[in-house]
Amino acid sequence: MYEGAVQDLIDELGRLPGVGPKSAQRIAFHLLAADPVDVRRLVDALTEVKARVQFCTVCGNVSQEEHCRVCRDPRRSNEVICVVEEPKDVVAIERTREFRGKYHVLGGAINPIDNVGPDDLRISELMSRLADGTVTEVILATDPNVEGEATSTYLARLLVPMGLRVTRLASGLPVGGDLEYADEVTLGRAFEGRRQISA
Amino acid sequence: MSLYRDEAVVLRAQKLGEADRIVTLLTRHHGKVRAVGKGVRRTSSRFGSRLEPFMLIDVQLYTGRSLDVVTQVETLGSFAQVIGRDYGLYTAGAAMLETADRLVEAEHEPSVQQFVLLASALRSLAGREHAAGLVLDAYLLRALAVAGWAPSFIDCARCGAEGPHRSFAVGSGGAVCSACRPPGAASPAPETLVLLAALLSGTWEVADASDERHRREGNGLVAAFLQFHLERGLRSLRMVERV
Repeated sequence: MYEGAVQDLIDELGRLPGVGPKSAQRIAFHLLAADPVDVRRLVDALTEVKARVQFCTVCGNVSQEEHCRVCRDPRRSNEVICVVEEPKDVVAIERTREFRGKYHVLGGAINPIDNVGPDDLRISELMSRLADGTVTEVILATDPNVEGEATSTYLARLLVPMGLRVTRLASGLPVGGDLEYADEVTLGRAFEGRRQISA
Repeated sequence: MSLYRDEAVVLRAQKLGEADRIVTLLTRHHGKVRAVGKGVRRTSSRFGSRLEPFMLIDVQLYTGRSLDVVTQVETLGSFAQVIGRDYGLYTAGAAMLETADRLVEAEHEPSVQQFVLLASALRSLAGREHAAGLVLDAYLLRALAVAGWAPSFIDCARCGAEGPHRSFAVGSGGAVCSACRPPGAASPAPETLVLLAALLSGTWEVADASDERHRREGNGLVAAFLQFHLERGLRSLRMVERV
């Protein structure tokens, strides 16, 4: 145990995800030894993020204004919505530069064991966005794990009867890998989602 | 470093750090085991897809200080694929996994019967052999029986008087005769008790032929029985979608 402020800092850092007691202690002593200007920059960044960053009222992505950068962009299509679990998934898809539609962040995936049901996600907000008929396609880009799959299944059941085109991101072989190293579940999915090649 | 190998059902998977996952396994010979799957959340992981809830696997682990570490995994039953694509199966399956997690409390204590029961129930669920709600209720009743809380649906649970009886008291252990009937005991339809007895004994031709009304009443009694013995309700049970 250290004295007052040092121990408080270690305790607070230790509450961060993925930071254990040893890492918390290392970061605390790094901060103690760091230049006060660098520490001030960190403090300002933390204060700023809590004071200014909010969730976009339309899509649920993180934003510094009422509407996020994607929702404000008039060049993006309003006809396609890509549904993701977390704001970090938006960043991952944006890196592909393939998608020019809008997003909808659910805030997680249905997981009954962790007490997360459909009512805990932003599903009603998604349904409200679809009510005016502008959207023609919904891309379900939840994680390719069992919770993400079940969430997509639940959403598809709501969306397909509305006459929308509902698509799910393809699962399969990672680019640059060798076929022999693929596991049977991934390879099975790749077979399932194979596409025809036209000459 | 001590290595061991076992068959297991993945009960839970929680994110850990950048790309790792803590998995809770119900193994055949080592009971409940909590282990780390390193790097399994990366798309390049060779066994990330095998460490998903509902998967039946052949796993090799080495004993760590607090958590064991997964080193190799082979698939024995890929139930997650089918279950994840059917919301009704998913919610029923989640209730089974949570029940197994709660009933097998101690880690590294063999629980062969609970393992076999869960693996068979998931196989039946994924194979759509019977209605998902019936498979769930049969599993819950048998898992409770294996844990030492076998309900009685025919003879009186208190005095053993030969049944069938009209009353059902969760706290007394099932069906009760008119002399043993405590105040507040339920009076389910006789067919409901026949259905529950069939689910407990595995008489599927009786269970499959049962009426929707009796199935609904039966799952209410099973849920009450489970809650009474686990002392705290199952979170996933309230989300089970019963068609």
